[in-house]
Formats: sequence, C-alpha cells, structure tokens
Amino acid sequence: MQDLLDRLMQQGHFAGVPVHVVYLIGIVVVGAVVLFGFVLNVAGGTTFIERRVWARIQSRVGPNRVGPQGILQWLADGLKLLMKEDTIPEAADPRLFRLAPYVVVIGFVAAFVCIPFSGDLIAADLNIGILYITTVTSLVVVGILMAGWASNNKWSLIGGIRAAAQIISYEIPAALSIFPIVMLTGTLSLQGIIRAQGWAPWDWFVFANPFTFFAFFILYTSLLAEGNRTPFDLPEAESELVAGFVTEYSGVRYLFFFLVEWGNLYVISAIMVSLFLGGWQIPPVTDSPILRNLLQFVTFFVKSYFWVLVAMWIRATLPRIRVDQLMTTCWKYLVPLGFVNLFGTALWMVIWPNGNRVVEALMTLLGFGLIGYFFSRVWFHLRRSRYTRAEILLSPFS
Amino acid sequence: MSLAGFEVEVEQVNGAGLNTEEMTLNMGPQHPSTHGVLRFVVKADGEVMREAIPDVGYLHRSIEKISEKVGYHGFMPYTDRVDYVAAMFCNQGWGMVCEKLAGIEVPKRGEYCRTIAAELNRISSHLLSVGTMVLDIGAITPFFHAMREREKINDLLEEICGARLTYNYMRIGGVAWDLPPGFAEKTLAFIDRFEPVLEEYHDLVSVNAIYLGRCGNVATISAAEAINYNIVGPNLRASGVRYDVRRDEPYSVYPELEFDVPVGTGRAGAVGDSFDRYEVRLREMKESCKILRQCFRQIPEGPVIAKVPRKFKPPAGDAYIRVESARGDMGWYAVSDGTEFPYRCKVRTGSFAAMSIIDKVSRGLMLADLVTVIASLDIVAPEVDR
Repeated sequence: MQDLLDRLMQQGHFAGVPVHVVYLIGIVVVGAVVLFGFVLNVAGGTTFIERRVWARIQSRVGPNRVGPQGILQWLADGLKLLMKEDTIPEAADPRLFRLAPYVVVIGFVAAFVCIPFSGDLIAADLNIGILYITTVTSLVVVGILMAGWASNNKWSLIGGIRAAAQIISYEIPAALSIFPIVMLTGTLSLQGIIRAQGWAPWDWFVFANPFTFFAFFILYTSLLAEGNRTPFDLPEAESELVAGFVTEYSGVRYLFFFLVEWGNLYVISAIMVSLFLGGWQIPPVTDSPILRNLLQFVTFFVKSYFWVLVAMWIRATLPRIRVDQLMTTCWKYLVPLGFVNLFGTALWMVIWPNGNRVVEALMTLLGFGLIGYFFSRVWFHLRRSRYTRAEILLSPFS
Repeated sequence: MSLAGFEVEVEQVNGAGLNTEEMTLNMGPQHPSTHGVLRFVVKADGEVMREAIPDVGYLHRSIEKISEKVGYHGFMPYTDRVDYVAAMFCNQGWGMVCEKLAGIEVPKRGEYCRTIAAELNRISSHLLSVGTMVLDIGAITPFFHAMREREKINDLLEEICGARLTYNYMRIGGVAWDLPPGFAEKTLAFIDRFEPVLEEYHDLVSVNAIYLGRCGNVATISAAEAINYNIVGPNLRASGVRYDVRRDEPYSVYPELEFDVPVGTGRAGAVGDSFDRYEVRLREMKESCKILRQCFRQIPEGPVIAKVPRKFKPPAGDAYIRVESARGDMGWYAVSDGTEFPYRCKVRTGSFAAMSIIDKVSRGLMLADLVTVIASLDIVAPEVDR
C-alpha cells in the first residue's frame, strides 16, 4: 500500500500535497472500501441466512433458486432494488427524504470503525471505543426520525416517533449494562476490554460475577430494541404501521434501511462478544501473526454470528410487544436492574478487587448448565412433536 | 382513561403556544392487517385511539340482489362468495332455506356429508383466524404452521368437491357428490395427527408471556354487551354465553352428535377479552374433530341428495333458518313468490355485527390493539359487505 502511494507520488501525482496527508487519505480510502465491503457482504449474507433459517423454523423451503442453494439471492434482491425507480412522494420534503437513508447508513457504518475483527485488525482502536459506538449508532435514530417526518405519511410519522422513543429509551439500560465492564477493565477501548479477558469461558466477563451475568442479558435485550428487532420491531410493525418509517421509500433508499437493519445485527452481536464473551481471544497455539489473526478473526466472527442466529430465532418465535409494554419493560425493569448491576459490580470490586475465581468457576458451570437445560428442552419438544424431524426441517407439506 | 389495565391521567398540553390536536388516521381499505378491504377512520392521540369508526361497503357485490336474477339452483355458487373463508356454511344456509321453503327432506347421508364438509371447513376457517391473529400480533411462525394444517384440509375438501376455496359442494336437497372412496380414512388420519398438533400450537403460542400481555384484558366484551350488540359465534361464547346454534336450535344431524360448547375462561385477564376469543376458537377446533369422528362412525348408506326438480319453484311464502357458521349464527332469509326466482334473499352474518362493536371496545386502546381487536373478532371483509 505504502509502495503504491510512493510510486504514485514519484510519478508526479499528488504534487504539492504533504506525504503524510497522502498516506492518511490512502488509509482512509482503503479502510472505507474494506469496511464497506465487509458490511455489505455481512448484511447481504445475513438477509439470505435469515430467510433460510426462518424457512426452516416455519417449515418452508426458503430461497433456493439463485445460485447454489439460493446463496446469491441477496445479490439478486439488491440488484433488483438498485434498478427500481426511486420515487419521492409529491408532498414529501424532498431534501430530508433523500438525506435520511444516508444518515442512517453513516450512523451504522461508523460503528464499524471501532469494532475489532482480530487482535491487530481494527480500523481504529479509539480509547473511547465503546462510548463512540453507542454514540454514533444514535445517529441512526436521527435518520429514522427524518425519514418518518419527511415522508409526510402518518404511518411513517408514527413509525419514526416510535423509533425515536424506543431507541433513546433503550440506550439507557444498554449504557448501564456496559458500565460494569468498563469499571472492571478501566478502559473504554474494545481491544482493551477484550485483552482483559481470556480465551476460556471462565475468563469471560459474562461469568465474572452474577451482576455481569445479568448485564449480559439486559444488554442483549436493549440492543435488540435499539436495532428494531422482534419483539421490539414496533417502528416498522407491518401489521400495524404498514411498513413504518420506510412506507414511502423505494429502490436503493429502501435498500439502505434494510442494509442497516441486517447489518446492525452483526454490530449488536460483535458488541456482545467483545464485552462479555472474550472477543477474539484464542488459546496460544501459533506464533505466526497472520495465522493468529486469521484464527482470531474466525473465532470472533463465529461467536458473533451465533448471536445473530439467536436474534433470528427470537424473531421467528416471539410476537411483538405494544408501545406501553415496551416502555414499561425499559423503565420499570431494565433500568432499575441496570442500576443494580452497576452498584453490584462496584461493590464486588471493592470486596474482591481481583475477582473471585471460585465464583467465576461456579458462574461458568451455571451458565453451561443453563445452556444445557435449554437445549434439553428443545430436544424434548422435538422428540415429543408429532411431526417427524425430517418434516419439521424439510418438507413444507407432506 | 384506561391504558393496558392502568388508570392513567392524560394531561392536555395546550399551553405555552403548543397546539395539540388529534390525528385522523385512515386505516384501510388497503392495509396489511385489515383482512381484506376494511376501512377504519381512527382518531388517535399519539398512540392512543380516541375512536375507530368502521367504514363498510368496499366489498359489496350485491350478492343478495343477484339471487333474484339467477334462480334458486343458480345462486348456490354465489353463496360461496358471501364468506369465502368458510363457504360451506353459506352453501348449507342457502340449501337449508330453500329446503324449508319447499319442504324438502334431505337424506340422512346427505346431511352427514354436509356436516363433515362444514366441520372440516370450520377447522380451516378457525386455523386461518387464529394464524392471522398471531401474525397480526407480530409472531410469524405460528401463521405458517396454521397454514400447513389448513393446506391439508384444503386437500381433503378438494377431494370431495374439486375446489379449495369456493366449494359449491351442496345443492338444494343434499350435496352434489358422495364422499370419495377412502375419504373417511384420510380424514381420520388427518384428525389423528391434527389433535396433538393443535396441542403443540397451544404450547407454542398460548403460554407466551408477550402474547398473553398483548391479548389479555384487551377489548373485553361483557356478556351483556355481547348480547346487546348481537355478537354471535365464538365471539359471543368467549364472553361467557354458552350459546351455539348447533346445540340450542339444532339443525341437520347435530342432535345426534355429542360435543361441548367451549366458553371463555378469562385465563389471560377478564372473561371476554381478545385472548378468550382466540382460545375459544382453538377449543372449537378440538370439538370439530370430535364431531368429525362421530360423523364417520354414524354415517349411514344411502342417497346423498333428495329428488329436487330442475325447475325449482317453491310455493309462495318465506323462510328463515340459522346456521352456526365459523363466524357464528348465520341467518338466511328467503321470500318466494312462487316463481323460479326468489323474491328476496337476505343474509345475516356474524362479522357485520362484530364490526359494530369495534368502535365501542377500541376507545382508549393503543393503536396496535386495533389489529388485535379486528383479528380476534375474526372479521372477514366479504362477509361484512356481501
């Protein structure tokens, strides 16, 4: 990269521009291209995987025509949306209407700047990392509100207002659940937080003490709500608000909103994994930096994608809650619990400044016991079901 | 005002130059959850509905008037379109009113064929109702599972009449065709499997805390209100009134059959709330399975249709009959002037009555509850307008 820029400068390009500025521009351009490529692929792939996962849960087949097993369906859908007419309603505020999707996308892609991929792979390891992420993702709500207002459609407006109320409310329990980790590590940098954990589950912060364990679930719930996922998908509730704030959008602007929705899933999961589940930490198996980074990337991606799949599962299972219930859940349960976690962790740190290994081991056992119990229930219901497993998984109609 | 069970003081913020007004929302006629072309004019104060005025007539096709031009036999296919989700009951209603006009006795086997078809149709209609209700509340999967079962019923009904939606199976004096060979075995196999699957749906949806929270105490209709507003069928029974035309004013072969009439229990809140209406439908499907089993045990041999002249001219007079359709007491009234064409025909449907109570029960509910109310009352647009 540096060689290329040097050669270009020798050939007389960038005349008069300081060398460091050229390097900076080069890094920014490459970083943006790589990040955006990653974002597009992850978001697109997630649409495909989500549709297939849903199809299996709902005993349908799902998209399986474009490419092997329909794996290129998301590309086909994206291209179709790109080629569609971009309509702007006559009564809409055209400038705001056009601007809104970009604001949403910027707020979402900017979060990727601080999301680590592996030990050394991160666009910018800011020392205010997690604070930065919670801040820029709030930009999404500005875009949504803009879209809802500018559409000049009552359903869009309600969707936008709902989104604003919901995202702003749920940021509080989310922040309250992030603080315990920040207190434990003393850093806001995501890489720093990950480095403070180990590769083994008992070194993860989710099992550090009972309070972080609950903070984990509160954070996941709040982040699902911030990402407008079921059971908190009120802003775009199809059966109530037609399509919420995207009702009037078409073509590529519509695509942007959905890029954000599905891409956000990965952001949510990456935050969860970084804060609570050991991030990219792997056992010391290799000295080669490339191989190590590759393994770390795979570890991080697999862990993150597991939580993406959980979100899909939740979306296929749960109904949507009502606006008043949404607010009740947030202000009456999650926020007080968040405070309890915050003070509990503080107290814990005073009593055991270096952590309590016995409790960590017990917590880990408890956590795995819970997971085991959960899967045994799933297995029990699968066994009890009158449908054979093949039917549940494959055949829509027998 | 009452909000989700809590008494809430709503403060009117009008001071400080801040002007607030109610928003008039036009829900429908094209809206994903109005189940057809229904329209509601909703006055909303933020998320809270002040009133929701139903506006009917978008699906009016003058079906009653058509009967005056096509004659008694020719009207049968049109009755399918009165309520295309449960067309068998409309078929049966028209058949029964004509038989009453002319004093025709339907052969026993014909009555059993009618009952079997109607009860299968009741299950499929309730499946659609329950599935879409859960879908409207936001859960997608149960809808597909309900459709999966409905598909099998559609296959069965296709076997007996060749159609999957608008059946045109019944005739004046009986049914068009006898049950096809092997039909009993297939249906019983389906029921054997459907009953446990129904339990599974119950486990999947009816205990979900979010679902209970969304349906419990929402749009509660008391027994007195339900009777005053002429609510019928599962909606009436959910309010705790144990009234079923099949049991209380029996027709066809229902006196020979044994079945329970489930009523609302108020498990999720008050008796007569949206959850009760949902649950009553689930339990009615079970009863329908019971009825079907008995039908296949008791069905006699013999003709399926009585001798009815092609030129059907009932003596002058009028007749009114009632059928327990999937959406409740369906009344058919026909006036004959002695010619080949009915002088007048009138259908009384459950959905139309249910529409009238929506404005009353939806005041003070949240906007999102309106779809719950529509779905829980199981309103089918063509049946409202006809």
